[in-house]
Amino acid sequence: MIRWLIGAISLCAVTSSALAAEPLTISIGYLGQAGIKATLSLVELPSENDGIAGARLAIEDNNTTGRFLKQQFRLEEVRVKDGDDVAGAVRDLAGRSTFIIADLPPDALLQAADAVRDRGGILFNVGAADDRLREADCRANVIHIAPTRSMLADALAQYLVWKQWKRWLLVVGSHDDDRLEADAYRRAAARFGAKIVQERVFEDTGGARRTDSGVTLIQRQIPVFTQQAPAYDVMIAADESEVFASYLPYRTWDPRPVAGSAGLVPTSWHAAQDQWGAVQIQNRFNKLNSRRMTARDMQAWLATRMIGEAASRTNSGDGNAILTFLKSPDFSIAGFKGQRLTIRDWNLQLRQPILLVDGRMVISVSPQEGFLHQVSELDTLGIDRPESKCRLQ
Amino acid sequence: MQAAMMMNRSKMLCRVWLCGAAIWLATAAPASAFLAYVSNEKSNTVSVIDTDSWTVTATIKVGQRPRGIELTRDGKSVLVAVGDDDTIQIIDVASQKVVDSLPSGPDPELFTQDATGKILYVANENDNTVTVIDLEKRVRMGDVQVGVEPEGMAISPDGKILINTSETTNMAHFIDTATREIVANVLVDARPRFAEFKRDGSELWVSSEIGGTVSVIDPAKRVVTDKIEFNIPGLRREAIQPVGIGMTRDAKTAFIALGPANRIAIVDAATHKVIKYLLVGQRVWHMAFTPDEKYLLVTNGVSNDVSVIDVTAQKVIKTIQVGELPWGVAMARP
Repeated sequence: MIRWLIGAISLCAVTSSALAAEPLTISIGYLGQAGIKATLSLVELPSENDGIAGARLAIEDNNTTGRFLKQQFRLEEVRVKDGDDVAGAVRDLAGRSTFIIADLPPDALLQAADAVRDRGGILFNVGAADDRLREADCRANVIHIAPTRSMLADALAQYLVWKQWKRWLLVVGSHDDDRLEADAYRRAAARFGAKIVQERVFEDTGGARRTDSGVTLIQRQIPVFTQQAPAYDVMIAADESEVFASYLPYRTWDPRPVAGSAGLVPTSWHAAQDQWGAVQIQNRFNKLNSRRMTARDMQAWLATRMIGEAASRTNSGDGNAILTFLKSPDFSIAGFKGQRLTIRDWNLQLRQPILLVDGRMVISVSPQEGFLHQVSELDTLGIDRPESKCRLQ
Repeated sequence: MQAAMMMNRSKMLCRVWLCGAAIWLATAAPASAFLAYVSNEKSNTVSVIDTDSWTVTATIKVGQRPRGIELTRDGKSVLVAVGDDDTIQIIDVASQKVVDSLPSGPDPELFTQDATGKILYVANENDNTVTVIDLEKRVRMGDVQVGVEPEGMAISPDGKILINTSETTNMAHFIDTATREIVANVLVDARPRFAEFKRDGSELWVSSEIGGTVSVIDPAKRVVTDKIEFNIPGLRREAIQPVGIGMTRDAKTAFIALGPANRIAIVDAATHKVIKYLLVGQRVWHMAFTPDEKYLLVTNGVSNDVSVIDVTAQKVIKTIQVGELPWGVAMARP
């Protein structure tokens, strides 16, 4: 009771001081990479504004709320090319914005985090799924909005185990990221009682993703590649590099479903998600950007909304005040996923349900019923506190 | 001439008979029989439940995605927001048919009427506005710009203040009904869904679905004075998602629907302490009392049914199957 009274008094203070104060401007930087990652499917080719479009919507949402609290939010976009000086770019951006939404590969993200650490810059990772960024390479000034590979793999594994599809044929691409994804699936299989009956590697021999007579060739290659497999229930593809996974469905030697990088895919968001009030954000996004909302858009929306939410709760644009609030047990954010999203205090990863989608529909949402946890069922996804190697500094 | 007189006499006789029949019907019907109108979000229907037999007596076809539902003050119509058709439909209680619609903004969800029943205030989720509608003329009178995703609506007992809650802005907006200007904003926990005044106007309660709390607001000072929390042993915190609120007229007892916790919390409205949790159906959202306050009907979205709670005994006495994803419920006299 006393706690709530104190809360009430401070809330009262927030509203009254906010009404009296001059408008507060909060600048948010968006640091992304130039260029677009190629995909096998033409319809999945990301837009040039993939990610930042979500941040732009959240800026509008924050400003609607900000009108009542005299807070204004601004977004500044910076793109870096391969080989550019990331540290220099982020230092320059941090001169204007304490909060930086980063859509960068893991090494660039670490460089950026370390470059702005002394000046109090806070990064929101919306692009990199690498577990190491939340483990051995974790940083006290990086909040991770993007789910990790292990969270995604666990989400899929829970569903497959619930479905009793426990015998997996794992097909792995030949790039480093593909191997990391495969690691996550191996770990998930061991955790949830699935069995990888065999592993195969799909070598990337180069070549164009788009050719005029591609289908004919693929239709001959894939059955051959997948034949003579031991008995399995589902084929799991680990192909972050977009080399082969989307070629697998309907072409496997045995009639089996495909999951992972193609088929049934675990993701933080999808344009087909319509539960828990999600139609509202899908509509708002569509109206603003004239296209559908992707996982990266949602991750950037969440990052920007988290800054807005913390600013409205603390009535402050100060980096320390906002970071302290985001790390505190009082913080939670609504993300159209049916429950509050909170932050794991041991590695600053956002807890979140994971959608399992087939490209057109949301098939299921993990964690699945029955996967229990003593703290939060969301912690059945990914590396949990007792296993964590992260020591935040 | 004589023929005309005969006609008159037979008309009169007929009227007397009709009148008598009406009296007989009225006395024959048990005093507790009311009609509950339940909006079924997925079925695009409204189920009508007779509260005497506790059976569904009619299913009315309505527009797409019916959610917010309320009886007009004159008791003649039931209004139902059909969000995907961007309108509010009017169901005639006598014929149990949709007879007209109202010019709401896009994607109406919840609404409230002023004390006279002449003005309707509608929360339009899609464009951050509250629309003001003249119920008699059935025309739009204006809009008020509010926060992101307006949802909960309530009007103060003196009619002076309209409350709107916005789900992504996380505020209860206080709107002066005379000027239609926002006069105060009170921050509450995440995703505020529903607002309810105590009958004497001393307190405003706002439920926060994602925050998992009900904020008690002093409407005069416009500050949060208390927060009701819910702790159910064996249930994780994330599953406790308060949405609908029902308060008895004497302001002694409140009922709060806890969504996927599948429970109704019964709260002492004076001390704000939870007295008891009642297990109902899956994903319980909204509720309505029978006019005599003997029973409370609550909608269980995922189990497609309505639970009937005996208000005095504080027990669930009945479960009634309705359409798919029942959302809201309104009570009418037959």
